[in-house]
Amino acid sequence: MVEWLDPLILARWQFGLTTLYHFLFVPLTIGMVILVAMFQTAWVRTSKLKYLHLTRLFGKIFLINFAMGVVTGIVQEFQFGMNWSDYSRFVGDVFGAPLAMEGLLAFFLEASMIGLWIFGWDKLPQKLHLAVIWLLALSTTLSAYFILAANAFMQNPVGYEINEELGRAELTDIGAVLTNPVALAQFPHTIFASLMFAAVVMVAVAAYHLSKNQYLDEMRTALRFGLVVNIVAFIGVALSGDQLGLVMVATQPMKMAAAEALYETTTAASFSLFTWGTPDGATELYSIRIPYLLSFLSTHDIMGTVEGINDLQAQYQAEFGPGDYTPIIWITYWSFRWMIGLGALAAAISVVGLWLTRGGRTPQKSWMWKVAIWSAPVPLVASLVGWIFTEMGRQPWIVFGLMKTEDGVSPGVSVLEVLISLIAFTLIYGILAVVEFKLIVRAAVDGPKDWTKYSDGSDDNGQADVDPAKLATVY
Amino acid sequence: MDLAYLWFGIVGFLFIGYFVLDGFDFGVGMALPFLGKDDTDKRVMINTIGPVWDLNETWLIVAGASLFAAFPYWYATLFDGFYLALLLILLALIARGVSFEYRRLGRSDRWKSWFDWMIVVGSAVPALLWGVAFANIIQGVAIDETGTYTGTLFDLLNPYGLLGGLTTLMLFFTHGVQFLALKTDGDLRLRAQALAVRSGLITIVVAAAFLVWTVLQHLDIAHLPVLVGLAAAAAVALIGSWVANRIGREKIAFSLMAATIALAVASILAALYPNVMPSTTDPAFSLTIENASSSDYTLQVMTWVAVIMMPLVLAYQFFTYWVFRRRVTRESIPVAAH
Ligand code: HDD
Ligand code: HEM
Ligand code: HEM
Repeated sequence: MVEWLDPLILARWQFGLTTLYHFLFVPLTIGMVILVAMFQTAWVRTSKLKYLHLTRLFGKIFLINFAMGVVTGIVQEFQFGMNWSDYSRFVGDVFGAPLAMEGLLAFFLEASMIGLWIFGWDKLPQKLHLAVIWLLALSTTLSAYFILAANAFMQNPVGYEINEELGRAELTDIGAVLTNPVALAQFPHTIFASLMFAAVVMVAVAAYHLSKNQYLDEMRTALRFGLVVNIVAFIGVALSGDQLGLVMVATQPMKMAAAEALYETTTAASFSLFTWGTPDGATELYSIRIPYLLSFLSTHDIMGTVEGINDLQAQYQAEFGPGDYTPIIWITYWSFRWMIGLGALAAAISVVGLWLTRGGRTPQKSWMWKVAIWSAPVPLVASLVGWIFTEMGRQPWIVFGLMKTEDGVSPGVSVLEVLISLIAFTLIYGILAVVEFKLIVRAAVDGPKDWTKYSDGSDDNGQADVDPAKLATVY
Repeated sequence: MDLAYLWFGIVGFLFIGYFVLDGFDFGVGMALPFLGKDDTDKRVMINTIGPVWDLNETWLIVAGASLFAAFPYWYATLFDGFYLALLLILLALIARGVSFEYRRLGRSDRWKSWFDWMIVVGSAVPALLWGVAFANIIQGVAIDETGTYTGTLFDLLNPYGLLGGLTTLMLFFTHGVQFLALKTDGDLRLRAQALAVRSGLITIVVAAAFLVWTVLQHLDIAHLPVLVGLAAAAAVALIGSWVANRIGREKIAFSLMAATIALAVASILAALYPNVMPSTTDPAFSLTIENASSSDYTLQVMTWVAVIMMPLVLAYQFFTYWVFRRRVTRESIPVAAH
């Protein structure tokens, strides 16, 4: 039989693809709901029509995307049982708890609030409707926290005890699971990364309309706001990423070694921006290096010692028995760099953008607008490769130090079944991705074009009384 | 280990909530071709569940996650074992889930009819397969000593399983049509009433056959009176619902149907008890409430969370239904799309 036609490999592909796919939509949901809530707050406080237009426009984009986040999330919830049932048996006692809490605390709230927000424009008092979107933002963020806490257990198991008789991990301290240092660092990192993406989407939409010279008042506000949010969020990502790096070295030193393809334990280690060599990084022809940076990232001490792959491999063999404990080096090496590099690129573009639009200026060169529009996917790709780094860097473990990925796969599921589902998901996801992309682009291009319908006019300050009935949304 | 029994009840409650609530969403979806004479009708129908379908579906997610937390072995065996059936359900839920929102964003009729069909099929497939899955759980499936299901999708499609599927399909269909009678007005409301009477008859026949078969299969269990009592109560509620429908009492008809579904799920749980997944290979391999559950500490933590959160959750869900309590009329649908 062909080598990749193996339930383990297919199950990994399936999980990787469906989760990455879920995460295609998650950042925009997390980030955009916060930005829309801010616009709506501005509208309620100032009655300025432009904030209402922005709320409605970006709210529409948010909703189109939200639908995909929800339906792909349901798949995730059941994947553990479908493809990783032995894993579920082994960790369910610990891992199920944060998932169930996510459902009870976050998903129920969020599903109530989304209905109230979409259909409540004309049915709820204005202030209550505003509270609804903030609750929606809260529940979305909360859901991210719980899922990250679950994931953090796989990176750094805490608060558990092994029950030898039943052959499973059992929860002993829920507080420890929910305050896992990995989760505490992952959470701000992921939220800021999501804000970056939502912000550049906003910038792209604004840039499109500004380049067409339309809706200038609204779009300048959106543009500047998006640029600022993007830069601030990048600072947040960098600071929390620094923290995440420290935690990672403490919990999974192999991942940091693999991120740099560092074979020998080194003091005052440098960080390579770019390497030309064999794919596994074992031999190197050419590289650009920043001295001391790797030591600093790993230990916050430029003279610190960073353990190398070879030493760690020997250590793990002594501890866990024979086997290969290194992840795939070229993936960890490059995904780490692309994550940081693309994020920095997006932030740099934003800084330039702020400069170009300072003091009411509007760039006239069309290529500038094109850059603003086409750089929208950059932070999203950074997030996706960041996850690839996190999850692939954990290999060969499914739960670090406790269970190997190969031992977690479902024993009862055949190659054919996984293959069928892999193809089915790929097909339906592929089609829906195209549909959603088109819908978002259309909504973005339409812009606030039906803006006249909300009110009979506004005063000199752009303030207006809006008839709630005109805001009603109907499917 | 007593908490495990409490959690059997909580998981049961969550599944009851899911089937009662998302059940009528499925019914509304399936009724589109029967009652949606024109685009406006269809939009009225979709808008009756527009604000709540996601909320209703969330009961499934919470039920699934609670199963994971409280009964990891049940969760693992169920979803690994019923792999392809679950895959079909998930694909259907994906198709249905995006369609409500995306349908209105298109401009052509072809676009709309595509999404109409995704709603219809995306509602009918889970309505059928949930019944098939649950019927097979009570009947028992081939589980080996490691807790792994050794059969295939086709083994699930046995006569009893299919009858179970047909039962949920009809229950949900009628429930959805009753919901439409309750939430719409004018001609659509009258047509929904009439359809509910007709489909109610079929539902009664199918459900009666399923209940009798279920009870006959379980004549040897110790708590047979409980099972028979619940099944009988379900039957009474179902017939009551039909009668109420006949005389145009929409609220009572709808409530009694909700009670029917709840009682039917409860009798399924009674038929299972104290197993959660009986094995047909060897009863010794069966998963039970005791051997499939999580540790005591985990159950304690989860009990605290459930006790604190559930009242709150129910309160704001109730609030949502209250906000959208009015009937949806054709006049509330704007003439041009968006
Ligand atoms: C816009 C996206 C983005 C950007 C610009 C960055 N990251 Fe990141 N990073 C992510 C998006 C992301 C992510 C996708 O969100 C990950 C995956 C897991 C997680 O918690 O966040 C991640 C993971 C991740 C990990 C792995 C954690 C683990 O395996 O446990 C480390 C060490 C860093 N990041 C460090 C950084 C540093 C030092 C950055 C410097 C600026 C940085 N990231 C920028
Ligand atoms: C949304 C962000 C995430 C992305 C993009 C992502 C990506 C991936 C990828 C690419 C793999 C395949 C790795 C491999 O097999 O070599 C994987 C595996 C896995 N991930 Fe994640 N992951 C994410 C979040 C999570 C979270 C939050 C959890 C747990 C709650 C999780 C649990 C798992 C499991 C169980 C596997 C399968 C076992 C394994 O291959 O290690 N993932 N993920
Ligand atoms: C692999 C593990 C994951 C599972 C099991 C999972 C589960 C789910 C589920 C069931 C939903 C649908 C909720 C609904 O119906 O309302 C959902 C949506 C969502 N998930 Fe995930 N998810 C995973 C990974 C992630 C990660 C890593 C994040 C973010 C850090 C995330 C954030 C979200 C968000 C923001 C949504 C959409 C909005 C919402 O429903 O809250 N998910 N996820």
